[in-house]
Amino acid sequence: MSEENKSDSPMGPNGPSAAEAREQMLEVYPKKTMRKRGKQMLVNSDPGTPAEIGANSRTVPGIITQRGCSYAGCKGVVIGPIYDVLHITHGPIGCGWYSWLSRRNMNKIRKEGETNYLQYSMSTDMQEDHIVFGGEKQLEAAIQEAYDEFKPKAISVYATCPVGLIGDDIHSVCRKMKEKLGINVFGFSCEGYKGVSQSAGHHIANNGVFKHMIGVDDTPVEAKYKINILGEYNIGGDAWEIDRIFARCGIKIIGTLSGGVSYDDITNCHMADLNVVMCHRSINYMAEMMETKFGIPWFKVNFIGLEGTKKSLRKIAQYFGEKELIDRVEEVIAAEMAEVRPVVEDVKTRTTGKTAALFVGGSRAHHYQDLFNDMGMKVIAAGYEFAHRDDYEGRDVLPNIKIDADSRNIEEIEVEADPERYNMSHADRKKALEESGFTFSDYEGMMRQMAKDTLVIDDISHHELEKLIELYKPDVIGSGVKDKYVIEKMGVPCKQLHSYDYGGPYAGFKGAINFFKEIDRMTSSKIWKLARAPWQSDEDTSAEPVAETATV
Amino acid sequence: MLEGTTAEIRERKALRINPAKTCQPIGAMYAALGINKCMPHSHGSQGCCAYHRSHLTRHYKEPVVATTSSFTEGASVFGGMANLKTALDNIFSIYDPEIVAVHTTCLSEVIGDDIPMIIKKSVEDGIIPEGKMVIHANTPSFVGSHITGFANQCEAFVKYLSESTGETKNVMNLFPGWVEPADMRELKRLASMVGVEFIMAPDTSDVLDSAMDGKYQMYPDGGTKIADLKAMGDSFLTLGLGPLASTPAAVQLEKKCKVPNKILELPIGVSATDAFIDALRLAGDTSVPKELERERGRLVDMISDMSQYLHNKKVAIFGDPDHLTSMVSFLVEIGMTPSIIVTGTPGKKWEAKIKEICAPVNEDVEVHAFSDIHYLHQWIKANPVDLLMGNTYGKFVAKTEKLPFVRFGFPIMDRVGHRAFPTLGYTGAMRLVEKITDAFFDKRDREDADENIELVL
Repeated sequence: MSEENKSDSPMGPNGPSAAEAREQMLEVYPKKTMRKRGKQMLVNSDPGTPAEIGANSRTVPGIITQRGCSYAGCKGVVIGPIYDVLHITHGPIGCGWYSWLSRRNMNKIRKEGETNYLQYSMSTDMQEDHIVFGGEKQLEAAIQEAYDEFKPKAISVYATCPVGLIGDDIHSVCRKMKEKLGINVFGFSCEGYKGVSQSAGHHIANNGVFKHMIGVDDTPVEAKYKINILGEYNIGGDAWEIDRIFARCGIKIIGTLSGGVSYDDITNCHMADLNVVMCHRSINYMAEMMETKFGIPWFKVNFIGLEGTKKSLRKIAQYFGEKELIDRVEEVIAAEMAEVRPVVEDVKTRTTGKTAALFVGGSRAHHYQDLFNDMGMKVIAAGYEFAHRDDYEGRDVLPNIKIDADSRNIEEIEVEADPERYNMSHADRKKALEESGFTFSDYEGMMRQMAKDTLVIDDISHHELEKLIELYKPDVIGSGVKDKYVIEKMGVPCKQLHSYDYGGPYAGFKGAINFFKEIDRMTSSKIWKLARAPWQSDEDTSAEPVAETATV
Repeated sequence: MLEGTTAEIRERKALRINPAKTCQPIGAMYAALGINKCMPHSHGSQGCCAYHRSHLTRHYKEPVVATTSSFTEGASVFGGMANLKTALDNIFSIYDPEIVAVHTTCLSEVIGDDIPMIIKKSVEDGIIPEGKMVIHANTPSFVGSHITGFANQCEAFVKYLSESTGETKNVMNLFPGWVEPADMRELKRLASMVGVEFIMAPDTSDVLDSAMDGKYQMYPDGGTKIADLKAMGDSFLTLGLGPLASTPAAVQLEKKCKVPNKILELPIGVSATDAFIDALRLAGDTSVPKELERERGRLVDMISDMSQYLHNKKVAIFGDPDHLTSMVSFLVEIGMTPSIIVTGTPGKKWEAKIKEICAPVNEDVEVHAFSDIHYLHQWIKANPVDLLMGNTYGKFVAKTEKLPFVRFGFPIMDRVGHRAFPTLGYTGAMRLVEKITDAFFDKRDREDADENIELVL
């Protein structure tokens, strides 16, 4: 390895070079695959002006991707978490089964008489004759049976792969049943083959929620500071921790889209003064559409990590601009930090200088870097499964993104300002604040926040991940369930950053404490040392000496 | 918990609620993992493959590797040939398996992709390296269940690989059915104890329960070797365990290589294990070793010791047909009363068989194929039972109805023992008795008044 290459190692001067690592990951690929993957793997050599990354393009067949499908992005991620909407999957049994409680978007019933439908998996369980003769009648009957059985407020229907191919018109069935039953019934054409990943499903879900739910209920909300949190799914109770902090600050959250949220919250959430966006990838469409129609401004926040949480709270207080709120937020931050500080100071003595690599969906690979930074750890490589260029490089590249053939058929809906409900005062406030240097509709992307010469890999393959571990042996990897045991067999702990390994919350102040303790446990675990038996060691040592003879 | 569920049962013809089955391809993927150096490949859009891998991983806490054709909308309209050919090129170049086992999804089945033709084309175009193989099974998700997919994949192994050289060897074939790696390990132990030479396929032991030694092996040491799959055509007999999972492969082997077969129920419980051991003894013309008789005796001893806690206790159980047939027989054997039995997999004949098994203890037993956990739950609300058995999804019903609960079947995603210990054979049956009595005793110790707590049970 040349000295020149060595200078760009994410591990510092002593590690293998990032450029060399990239070469080694690519070399086994057939030519066409090498060309395509090469565009999706970058050395972050100039974080200030991120290089163009290939993202949101089709998956290379056979490569072993982490990616899922559009149905997962729509039903599994965005709409599925709404607990009092009854969700019906129109398709053979698998899709409904695998998305049954497998994402930890937590919920609790708020009022007597409500039903949490997320404990149920409902499906039309399509059989061969439905494929042959069409499944519309089956779907219609299923909606009727669901209504008879549960009397829900609303029913949503999700298309799966075969539905589009056999030509079932789920939307006309939904319209018919909406009229017949007198409740809101709406469908999502989120067939698994649409787009190239979960991302298409997010877009389809945003469009559907906007068309069928947002703005249905105009009841005014009495509160001084009213916001929505967009793109927060309450994994492991994250949204509840955010709720707790906001309640302390005196800020009312009308709707959290869509973790721990009810149907009524969503239909009424256009009453908010501000939208803040957690997961940019999954919900930026909604933020834009709500601003266009109702005049509600939005900006990006991050409640993962101490610095991110503090900065986000302060920015929200500044948006409202009242001293009372600004002071209150500072008091809350001071009180919360008093609890966090001793934990992080203690953990840091063991974690400082350790390394991490993060490969998660469409936002966490970025968000969690803040938490690792809080602990003095270095993120040496990161990437998303299905994010777009704007999530990597920042929203300023949006005008330059070309939609390719694989994603062209995802509907873009036309939105106009609502003549009655567009709120001019929000728009005026936005304008005034912007003049004072406040930024809205902002997201600077992941690469700007990453250190120089780190690796950025989009849609990482199994092979690339293996190679990365072999070359860098990070102290911890943040990834998902499909990778977890692959990584751990190699002697590296893996923190699942989708399911949190069934723990959490990790958001906010209390969440940070949970996360610090978890990473401390994982990076100092003794178990990896037990992987080899004493007699397998190269050194000439035998097992622990025999026990001392009893002295009694 | 499950607030929407009431005791009032309405007839449902269209809406499935809380299924007791999943779809075909995951079964094919599981079967393919039981072949040495085999890459399972999902020919469809990639969501299926991600779901199936995740689901198996949650059950085994092990790496589950598989590839996918990653269909886009274009491929879904014009066919997936280019996707599969690209996939095969990548798979052999990057991951170098000995064999790729392709299965399909509802997507590729609806568009009607001709997989054998695509494989043939890939051979002609030199995409498949010399000495390497690609096989396939059609696994439409809208037919049957995950068990059907497992059976179809097993049948495909025979179709593509098994050969008869004309010389019959003193070796027996063993199709274990869809059971755990720990169960496969147990079957091999039993067959060896009886002294029968055998080939078992598939075999996921040492694949989905591999050791942690600091090294990751994409293809672990376990799995039936391709040479052994080929050699199955020369065996003198096939034992197929679990009619639904193993019959198609056994029949195919008879058709193709004239190997006669005998289909047995899965060896769960005393009689079913007896039948298996006896079949081994007859096939091998050997005698059953004393040690195995002692194992059996220890099981019978345990059942008799615990009889007072088991007698006439009502059991609700759901799961997969082959598992249920043997488990329900075992429940009857140990004096319990199966009350409601549900599977999601279709099967009228199976319903009749279960009724026959239960007739001596419960003529009014409720048996439903192609049904669901919601139905089972509603029925329990109106007809209380003493014990619930089923996969992880049963825990919500158990919690709601405050029932002792024994995890049994696939998938178990919230406990660890199933991957380490068998439920097959005499020792497996002992473990089941332990789990059932533990569930009863834990409830009793937790709920009894202080003055009623017993030191000894």
